Amino acid sequence: MGIPMLWLIVLFLIPFIIVFKISFSEVRLAMPPYAPLFEWLNGKLVAVKLNFGNYSYLFTDALYVSSYLYSLKVAAVSTVMCLLLGYPMAYAIARSNPTTRTVLLMLIVLPFWTSFLLRVYAWIGLLKTNGVINNVLMSMGIIHEPITMLQTDFAVYVGIVYSYLPFMILPLYSNLEKHDLTLIEAAADLGAGPFTAFRRVTLPQSLPGIIAGSLLVFIPAVGEYVIPSLLGRTDQLMIGRVLSDEFFENRDWPVASAVAIFMLGLLVVPMMLFQHFEKRTIEARK
Amino acid sequence: MSTQPPGQAQAPYLRIENVTKRFGDFIAVNDVSLHVQRGEIFCLLGGSGSGKTTLLRMLAGFETPSSGKIFIDGQDMSEIAPYDRPVNMMFQSYALFPHMTVEKNVAFGLEQERLGRQEIKRRVGEILEIVKMSQFTARKPHQLSGGQRQRVALARALVKRPKLLLLDEPLAALDRKLREHTQFELINIQEQLGVTFVVVTHDQEEAMTLSSRMGVMNHGQIVQVGTPTDIYEFPATRFVADFIGSVNMFEGKLIEDEPDFVRIRSEELGGVIYVSHGISSAPAATVWVAVRPEKINISRRPPTPGSGVHQPEAGAGENVVRGTVKEIAYMGDMSIYLVQAESGKTIRVTIPNVARHMEDRITWDETVYLSWHAESPVVLTR
Amino acid sequence: MKSHGLFSRTVLVFGLVFLYVPILSMVVFSFNNSRLVTVWDSANSPTMKWYAALMSNDQILGAAWLSIRIAMIAASGAVVLGTLAGIALVRFGAFRGRALLAGMTTAPLVMPEVITGLSLLLLFVAMEQAIGWPKGGGAVTITLAHITFCMAYVTVVVQSRLVGFDESLEEAAMDLGARPVKVFFRITLPLIVPALVSGWLLAFTLSWDDLVISQFVAGPGSSTLPMVIFSKVRLGVSPDVNALATIMVLVVASGIVASSIWMRYQNKRRERDMRLAASANL
Repeated sequence: MGIPMLWLIVLFLIPFIIVFKISFSEVRLAMPPYAPLFEWLNGKLVAVKLNFGNYSYLFTDALYVSSYLYSLKVAAVSTVMCLLLGYPMAYAIARSNPTTRTVLLMLIVLPFWTSFLLRVYAWIGLLKTNGVINNVLMSMGIIHEPITMLQTDFAVYVGIVYSYLPFMILPLYSNLEKHDLTLIEAAADLGAGPFTAFRRVTLPQSLPGIIAGSLLVFIPAVGEYVIPSLLGRTDQLMIGRVLSDEFFENRDWPVASAVAIFMLGLLVVPMMLFQHFEKRTIEARK
Repeated sequence: MSTQPPGQAQAPYLRIENVTKRFGDFIAVNDVSLHVQRGEIFCLLGGSGSGKTTLLRMLAGFETPSSGKIFIDGQDMSEIAPYDRPVNMMFQSYALFPHMTVEKNVAFGLEQERLGRQEIKRRVGEILEIVKMSQFTARKPHQLSGGQRQRVALARALVKRPKLLLLDEPLAALDRKLREHTQFELINIQEQLGVTFVVVTHDQEEAMTLSSRMGVMNHGQIVQVGTPTDIYEFPATRFVADFIGSVNMFEGKLIEDEPDFVRIRSEELGGVIYVSHGISSAPAATVWVAVRPEKINISRRPPTPGSGVHQPEAGAGENVVRGTVKEIAYMGDMSIYLVQAESGKTIRVTIPNVARHMEDRITWDETVYLSWHAESPVVLTR
Repeated sequence: MKSHGLFSRTVLVFGLVFLYVPILSMVVFSFNNSRLVTVWDSANSPTMKWYAALMSNDQILGAAWLSIRIAMIAASGAVVLGTLAGIALVRFGAFRGRALLAGMTTAPLVMPEVITGLSLLLLFVAMEQAIGWPKGGGAVTITLAHITFCMAYVTVVVQSRLVGFDESLEEAAMDLGARPVKVFFRITLPLIVPALVSGWLLAFTLSWDDLVISQFVAGPGSSTLPMVIFSKVRLGVSPDVNALATIMVLVVASGIVASSIWMRYQNKRRERDMRLAASANL
């Protein structure tokens, strides 16, 4: 028990502390490219240079503000779309007979085991100007000019929904599968039509699954890097891309750290919510 | 309250002394003291929450007492972990290792003792012979039926020749027919091997059949200890009388208290009860009289004095009550009558169906007279 | 009720199509002769030339080999640590730092990879400054990073398996004289092996597939397969990547199909055994 704890403290907690610390330092043209926070002279702590400038930079520069907001928006929209697609799918699987169910689950999970990167790449081929979709639509005469689909918000939504769909379906399925169907029968017996029964019996019970699935999609989506890089806009970047650029291209580690810390701050509440739900699901299973 | 059976000079094999177990604010076992003799089958009988399972787990070593001590064959178990105790347990769910064969399951305990392979094989063979599972050595638990699994679990616990064998609801998972059969098998095996058994159960029938002595537990305390006959015929408290079998309980006031008889007037019954033995405890104003359903006689005419139903010393109208038959349940071997006395109290009577054709059987709404022998009632003061 | 079922089933079909069309298109176009990938060159297709090109592409092969090695080590490390953490969280009631351990093991599940990647790199740099190791990036740092974030997934899998585990089996073993360590190795571990296996496979896949974290912590000399692929596809589609994708899909699909057939077989045998036993006399 001590070993994983130690490992995680060193490789997980401490890195965060470091990021936190560096977010306060100044950028330097050196290796490593940041100034030390504490000045030591003859073994005594002489000065502490805390640079809040990095953080104020975040708030004042339009690039950062817009990136954060954009990321949140994209993540939120994608999550909703993922939910709208994933819920009926999970429902259909939960209501099918056991043999079909195993096959269906296998089908849902199989793409997950193939490379994430390659699957996103596949969409490039589909969404390109002379890509498959445009070619098919043009040859069928539905459109006469290719539609621009790559490097748009739309492409990012599709990419996120596509990649994270299994993460939405599985918690939903796991919740829906446990529902007692006789409750629906009881509702019907009491005069509720199928939609009412769904709205008032199934939906409320599936709320934990909805929340778990949504958080599982939303939180990582905010910081997504691969999908916006391959499919997304070039004029408006998501925050994951901004962080990476800040780090690799500008070599401004302090600012990159500040970006990371702030992103963490934004996500802390959803993350704690997720943990709370994880705990509850595990305990409910006991 | 002495729990040692009379005439036993040797020191008790298992000594539980003032053991208490607390979980936070909740007291599961409350100052329990108990002696069990070597070679006995001792049953702890109680409902859920009575503390019996906790007590058993403390004997096994899975829980430590909050206070008090446990001695097995004179040895203090306080610092001794479950794997070092000369005690073995047969779990309610059997807990057979699913990934091991029957043979390996039974051998597991012996392997921990670092015995030689030949020795292990021999002893495993021996014990499987005794439980009649020799032809199933290569099977895995999921390939066995419930009764077979139980026997393997028993074999696994017994093969180590423990000083004490603990059984947690041993017959709970078996169906009725199997249960009866297994009850007697357990007794046979115990006699054959001479191991001391401590059984925990909520089933009175199980306790009554298996035990040489039993203890009734309620709310973490031992309420009464004795042989099954003692517990059934001479319950010490209302709880015990009510818990074991069914009983009719009448509240009343002592009107005469003599060394060899007492008289009680009961409003609940609507009459006087004459009991032909004295009460040993201090006379209290209010007492309860317990009469077992099978000790009550039912007839259409009032019993005549001297007809052999009750002692001559009893006055007329004592130990008799008139009522109307409200319910009859025919159980095949016996019938249960629920009779409502004139006082309003419902009295339960069981009558064995001794004759096959009883055209003249007492039926619903008939007026009947219930009576009992003066020796039958038990007077309880608590 | 019926209309309900119909709607969700339609969406299900649509969803499955949605999931598989991109994969299928990649596979189809891997056999396309044209370099333009998405324009089918019917005159010269289908062809295996991209597969041949793939086989002789040292950069890709080298990266693939590196990725496999890293993934195997990372998966194994993650399983060991993740199992220990999972057991600690399920079995050891409350202990000091429990909330912390629980938090640190669930956080990576949702944490955006850029944050994990950045923080780990900064750690390695700071360590290099302080104690001179690790020097630059490299396979070592990547492996360490992968173990850290994969561990979380293994913990969740192990936790969920242990929660349903029958503790009386462990108690029975102790009752029969086995000390706790023995109990763990002879009783607990064998019975959670399926969870460990799926945890290993999960960790392997996550490590093998990881791009972002690897980019942050890799050194100049080491490029994992995803890193190589990414730099290629930033520039646009590339048919040898299609070929690679097809191979991977085939491997994964056959693996999954094989394992589910095997599991079905096991279940059928088990059921048959239990039925036989139940019908036996006593």
